[in-house]
Amino acid sequence: MFTNISRIIKFAFQDFSRNKGVSIAAIFVLIVTILLVTGLFFFQGIASYLTLEIQNKIDITAYFKEGTPEQDILNAKDEILKISPDIKNIEYVSPDQAFQAFSEKHMGDEVLARALEQVGSNPFLPSLNITTTGDPLQYEQVANTLQTSGFAELIEKVDFSEKKDTIEKVYSITTNINRYGIIIGILLILVAMLVVFNTIKLAVDSSKEEIATMRIVGASDWFIRGPFIIQGIIYGFIAFIFCILISGVFAYILSPKLSVIMPGFGMFNYFLTNFWILVLIQLGFGTAVGILSSLIVVRKYLQV
Amino acid sequence: MIKFDKVTKIYPPNTAVLKDVSFEINEGEFVSIIGKSGVGKTTITRLILGLEDPTYGDVYFRNKNMRITDHLQIHKIRRSIGGIYQDYKLLPAKTVYENVAYVLEVKGVEQNEIRKETDKVLETIGLKDKINNFPKELSGGEQQRLAVARALVIHPKIIIADEPTGNLDPYNTYEVISLLEKINKAGTTVILLTHNREIINKLGKRVITLVGGEIIRDEAEGRFII
Repeated sequence: MFTNISRIIKFAFQDFSRNKGVSIAAIFVLIVTILLVTGLFFFQGIASYLTLEIQNKIDITAYFKEGTPEQDILNAKDEILKISPDIKNIEYVSPDQAFQAFSEKHMGDEVLARALEQVGSNPFLPSLNITTTGDPLQYEQVANTLQTSGFAELIEKVDFSEKKDTIEKVYSITTNINRYGIIIGILLILVAMLVVFNTIKLAVDSSKEEIATMRIVGASDWFIRGPFIIQGIIYGFIAFIFCILISGVFAYILSPKLSVIMPGFGMFNYFLTNFWILVLIQLGFGTAVGILSSLIVVRKYLQV
Repeated sequence: MIKFDKVTKIYPPNTAVLKDVSFEINEGEFVSIIGKSGVGKTTITRLILGLEDPTYGDVYFRNKNMRITDHLQIHKIRRSIGGIYQDYKLLPAKTVYENVAYVLEVKGVEQNEIRKETDKVLETIGLKDKINNFPKELSGGEQQRLAVARALVIHPKIIIADEPTGNLDPYNTYEVISLLEKINKAGTTVILLTHNREIINKLGKRVITLVGGEIIRDEAEGRFII
């Protein structure tokens, strides 16, 4: 048993080194394929980041009547949290905080500054900024809850109707990014697998006569298919080494450029954080495709 | 040792290559099966090796019906048969040494034994100085000698030579046939499948003649008459 395994491994390395052209072609195709899968992985990371960023920017605000005591508003906040489990974040903004934020935002705008001066007092109402997990229906439910709850008489207005269209559009965009991302990803992976399968098929095809001879001299099926499977593993492993290096360098170079557009997203950091997942994906995908293709093609010739 | 019992082989869609063929080959015999190209000689080889099943009838190898013999046993049977073929059937990515050693490796023979046996047979066959060459670097005659070496190294009880001289010049043809006669004298059963008239007439051994997939003659000291 052990002798057979060591011989199978020896044959695999012999064939690998003696059929350099075929081996290089198979590795090259695998590299392209694994990089494609890696690209999808990075795309998924960027898409998740963008989705989260967009969703975080969406909120609804419940404005309370002027003079509503802060404690009443904080009590209302606790009650809202209890009755609406979909709420991700809820933040109390006092009239002073709202005034300060407005002033900072429009610093240097003399027209607005003059308008505020003319008003004479702080025109901002106390409010609660509410963020849910993103579904427009959840915002609608929260808005309804606010307007029908026991503290409804404290509320001046809820701005859901003004933001409804925007919320729905953003939700639709983020949902589509995820949905189409998955579909395109699956399609690309299928195409890539087909390409790899055909390349390995060509590699095994060139050994068709060899397989026939091995059968005639009495080699068992595993003795024949073993070296091809191990070659598939070798192809996958070498392709993985190239891919992990390429994706690391690529992430390192792109990271500063991307952080200009997406300040909170570090590409290289994402690579490092997900390093072992990436290793698993690249190594797993490469070797699995290599082994599967060899198995399927050799199986065909073993039946002839 | 080998028995064909009313064997018919039909390839799709409806090409009958062998029709109701029956014969028996005993241990130590030298039997030539002759016939024109396409008469079913190679099919007989494939049936003996268990690479195919007959459409009707049965093939027996040492009393084992090949149709119902399991895969492991069939592999063992193949390992006990030395095969020499017109197209040599060598492994192109392996050297001369590795081609011979491979059949022993398949059998699970120990490495020291493999080295000893392989060296010995390559010495006998005259390819000792080419052990590191690949088959494509050898002449046709040398390739066939390599195929013979591969067949001999397992000390087979039976050798099937399917048109072994088809690609050889008269000198190499003579060499291969002489070798087969020598092997047979040492007790190995030899089945020679050929359409070479001269060889058959010179051998003076048992001849089974196939015409149109049927046996028309089976003589103890036959001649090539078709």
